[in-house]
Amino acid sequence: MKKSVFLGTIAVAGLAAGAVSAQTLDEVQARGELNCGVSTGLAGFSAPDSDGEWQGFDVAVCRAVAAAALGDPSAVNFVPTTGQTRFTALASGEVDMLARNTTWTFTRDVDLRFEFVGINYYDGQGFMIPRELGVTSAMELDGATVCIQTGTTTELNLADFFASNNMDYEPVPVETNAEAQQQYLAGACDVYTTDSSGLAATRATFEDPSAHVIMPEIISKEPLGPVVRHGDNEWGDLVRWVLVGLIAAEELGVTSDNVMELAEGTNNPSIERMLGNEGEFGPILGIDQDWMVNVISSVGNYGEIFEENIGEDTPIGLARGLNAQWTDGGLLYAWPFR
Amino acid sequence: MTSMTEPPAESFRLSQLIYDTRYRSMTIQVVAFILILLALFWLGRNIVSNLEDLGKDFDFGFLGSRAGYDINQRLIEYSNDSTHARAALVGILNTLLVAVLGCALATVLGVIAGVLRLSNNWIVARLMAVYVEGFRNIPLLLWIILIFAVMTEATPRPSDFRGDRPEASMILGDSVAITNRGVYIPNVFFTRSLGGNEMAEVTDSAEATVIASSSGLDWFVIILVFVASILGARAIGRWATAKQEATGIRPAGAFWMQVGTVVVPSVIVFLALGATLDFPGLRGFNFGGGIHLRNSLIALWLALALYTGAFIAEIVRAGILSVSKGQTEAAFALGLRPNRTMNLVILPQALRVIIPPLISHYLNLTKNSSLAIAVGYMDVRSTLGGITINQTGRELEGMLLLGLFYLVTSLVISGVMNIYNKSVMLKER
Amino acid sequence: MSDTHAQSVQFVRGTMIPEQDPPITEKGALKWMRENLFSSWLNAILTVLSLYVIYWVLAHILPWTVGGIWDAESLSQCRDIRDASGIDYNVACWAVITDRWHQLLFGFYPSELYWRPILALIIFGAAIAPILFETLPRKMLIVSIAAPFLAYWLLWGGSVWGPIAVAFGFGIGWAIVTYGESLLGALGAIIGAIVVPVLYWLFLAGPVGAALQATLPIGIAQIGSNQFGGFMLAIIIGVSAIVLSLPLGILLALGRQSDLFIINKCSVIFIEVIRGVPLIVWLFTASLLLNYFLPPEVSFDLMLRVIIMVTLFASAYIAEVVRGGLAALPRGQYEGADSLGLDYWQAMRLIILPQALKISIPGIVSTFIGLFKDTTLVVFIGLLDPIGLSQAIRADSAWNGIYWELFIFIGLCFFIFCFSMSQYSQWLERKLNTGHR
Repeated sequence: MKKSVFLGTIAVAGLAAGAVSAQTLDEVQARGELNCGVSTGLAGFSAPDSDGEWQGFDVAVCRAVAAAALGDPSAVNFVPTTGQTRFTALASGEVDMLARNTTWTFTRDVDLRFEFVGINYYDGQGFMIPRELGVTSAMELDGATVCIQTGTTTELNLADFFASNNMDYEPVPVETNAEAQQQYLAGACDVYTTDSSGLAATRATFEDPSAHVIMPEIISKEPLGPVVRHGDNEWGDLVRWVLVGLIAAEELGVTSDNVMELAEGTNNPSIERMLGNEGEFGPILGIDQDWMVNVISSVGNYGEIFEENIGEDTPIGLARGLNAQWTDGGLLYAWPFR
Repeated sequence: MTSMTEPPAESFRLSQLIYDTRYRSMTIQVVAFILILLALFWLGRNIVSNLEDLGKDFDFGFLGSRAGYDINQRLIEYSNDSTHARAALVGILNTLLVAVLGCALATVLGVIAGVLRLSNNWIVARLMAVYVEGFRNIPLLLWIILIFAVMTEATPRPSDFRGDRPEASMILGDSVAITNRGVYIPNVFFTRSLGGNEMAEVTDSAEATVIASSSGLDWFVIILVFVASILGARAIGRWATAKQEATGIRPAGAFWMQVGTVVVPSVIVFLALGATLDFPGLRGFNFGGGIHLRNSLIALWLALALYTGAFIAEIVRAGILSVSKGQTEAAFALGLRPNRTMNLVILPQALRVIIPPLISHYLNLTKNSSLAIAVGYMDVRSTLGGITINQTGRELEGMLLLGLFYLVTSLVISGVMNIYNKSVMLKER
Repeated sequence: MSDTHAQSVQFVRGTMIPEQDPPITEKGALKWMRENLFSSWLNAILTVLSLYVIYWVLAHILPWTVGGIWDAESLSQCRDIRDASGIDYNVACWAVITDRWHQLLFGFYPSELYWRPILALIIFGAAIAPILFETLPRKMLIVSIAAPFLAYWLLWGGSVWGPIAVAFGFGIGWAIVTYGESLLGALGAIIGAIVVPVLYWLFLAGPVGAALQATLPIGIAQIGSNQFGGFMLAIIIGVSAIVLSLPLGILLALGRQSDLFIINKCSVIFIEVIRGVPLIVWLFTASLLLNYFLPPEVSFDLMLRVIIMVTLFASAYIAEVVRGGLAALPRGQYEGADSLGLDYWQAMRLIILPQALKISIPGIVSTFIGLFKDTTLVVFIGLLDPIGLSQAIRADSAWNGIYWELFIFIGLCFFIFCFSMSQYSQWLERKLNTGHR
């Protein structure tokens, strides 16, 4: 009895995390740290390295927001969440934002009362299959055994795909990507289905990647993006414009190398406004005037983040594809800083 | 004597509530009751206000909406168009299936290991000690993961059965296939089924479920006939015993009459329904036909049984050791043979010690089956407590139902086992 | 006499013959084997079968284990080294352990501060030693009292005054019980000892700690609980849950034994509900639902929620263990206490509980082993225990695809820990048993 009171006091003394309220930004600034929900481990997107530093594409978004809100990209408290716990963690205020491959869907946005601030990766569900089976199209998968991660939208997509094409399949549910990989390689399932970025990342680590093909069909749209709680628009705006800033910086040619130079002043008014030399965009969001300078100098622009974590030179080896700038035929289209 | 004073008139003072032992227990209970009510009220109020803040309501309506996901192992009809309630029911049946299978195998393994650990064979006793200590001291979750991985790595994949010179072949006259997706065994179906023309469905289905549910009515009839014939056989046995007691001679052939009564009607019904074996065979990507015991089920089953078996082995060992040696010696002195000594003297006494902890290990096994999540076995925690909660965002309602299911299951198991325990206990006197 | 003897017997040995060795089948290894391995046909078959099983397992595992590669940066490098050395069978890539062992043990705790959890573990060991081993001097119990605060401070860091301010509350409670009894009466003292410290903790402890820290800042670097992981996390959850659940469990056990109807029924319901539902469901409750039960302005971090939930879970099991201990005491102990005129709490505190708890220790230890093993379930709610970390490690592109090595390492660590605990518990049980006969 006495000891449990002691525990309660510990909570009062400082272990208690922030409570849910509308003022997320104030809380983050008072705390001096951003609580960011990430995946427990997905190659290229979020995983801790041997020093315990989190690395990856989603992790970089957290760092960018921390750089904007607090001026320090390392002031992030990474909270690993599973497919099952992520939404509760966000709803309860345990994390300030989710930067975790979360698909933007109607129910999640409206019914579960979250706010998707934008899209940082356009993905789609695909299939991977061993080359030796000689299958060239997902339409030939009738009767196949399919490995699939539970607790994700992929389950529903898969059921819809096979039902609409009048095909039969046997789902093999697995808990994590790592388990799925082991099952697939052992041949316990013919096909592995998940977001095609995940497929590419997984295939890249196989002993013989060329023995596996990724089907050309993409059976779903998976717009992945950071999520915040419904109802705190100031915080949502901040996260949204950090994301837009990352994309715009690439479009405008602002990189981590030249951002300091450009911050001195340029003749491009868009860059001027974004980097805080013109207008009061930072203070309007409730943060420093040079917020985008902090962001770009610490994590780089969208293109740099992509290339560093999942680009073609990394083991993951993803092409830009849909995630190229609109000027290059992709879907990334930053809204104007004006 | 006459000077004895009248006892002081009973006057109730408030302090008596605390200092008078007659009232004190009442006071304590009332205070405790009020405190508990206050705590419950506080929790309830918090839930209501939190739900309000999140804009959620408390509503079980989601159970009636379309589930939208598929479940690979289903003992009853289910498709992704079924409701969430149906999905939960499929999960419940899967949980119960693995729990029952697990308890049975764990008991067998536990008894064997417990007896062998007392064996005077040095190496066998050591081997069993390694088994028991190994499983008792490493988390069940690790065992489940490891056994699942071993099963997928060590068994051939379906593609190995293909080709002119396959690397693997089916066993038992091409009737059973052991693959890393599970074990395929022949299935019985009925050409003259009572439930209509269901033969087509069984043969078409590339993924026959563990127990072909299509012929439920046929199985019901068969079981009914079987139970009836067993009752008949018992009646014959009673008649024979009565005759023996009356005349001293047991009627000739009574035993064979009993056997015939049990076997013949069932076989006749079986044949009348047109029972045929459906052998598994390679179809498309997988084996088709037959009954598919999935790897997830087998791995979970084995892991639960091996883990719990290690605990049961210790219980059995302790139980046998608790019967003093004098009992054995006395039985031998009476001229009982060793196996009758075991059956009539040692076991009934050992059971008294074994049963109560055995019950709690059955309960543990049932609860541990919720670790099915690690191998993707679709038990109730994965369907109702996993995918359904995740897709509908109804964690409060879902977890409540889930907890209720486990609670009821536990209470039923412990209730039934306690009744059995009492019946064993009575033999003590 | 000797004559007749000499006539009837032709030969009498005058000296003892030298001792001979027993027949070869009756001595040494051969005898042992005959008795222990081949005493009957069945045993012989079992022996051969066992030997075959052992050979089969070793033949499959040994080359893989022994030939393992310890020095590599990534799995692909492991494969290159294997191919370069011309080994044509699979070998283990133990390099993942050399690279990541510190994460499996300590999570993300800063490596320069590893001495802190280690010291905390040593202090914890010193604290429970006098409870576990009776031969140690009783004065060591002082360490036991200070240990929780010290361990908390070492693990989480921060100002030293926080834990001291909290500990001071216990001092107040103790002082009220000891010195206030004459002033307030027995019942008043107990109530005061509960109410005053609670009020102190709720309203005074925080400001007092802060004020002391402001005047005399002593502290060590603060570590957030998100940095905790690996076996450290498992041990912290297991140990704190058991320690915290003991008082609650004892109360529940007393409640279940009690004659008071309401208290009895409440205890029974609590214990049965907790025990009837699997831990994983409770953990999901902690992660998904606990926030519904708390007022909106209070929110604990996940690790604390898990500790609370596991504590409640363990307390139900501890209650059953203690109830067993209470039931095992001879009835005379209760009657003796009553005849001395002790009231309920005095009887419990001075006579019943010390004996009941002593015989419950083996049960408590095995509950702890079970709980420690069950901490692996926290992986399902996203805490990075050893298994969770193994998944995170496999998500790193350097080690993606590694499997057995991590699980074998984790399993081995668990085995060493749990096996030694269970050996202790068995030793204690034997000791207690002889004491009672």
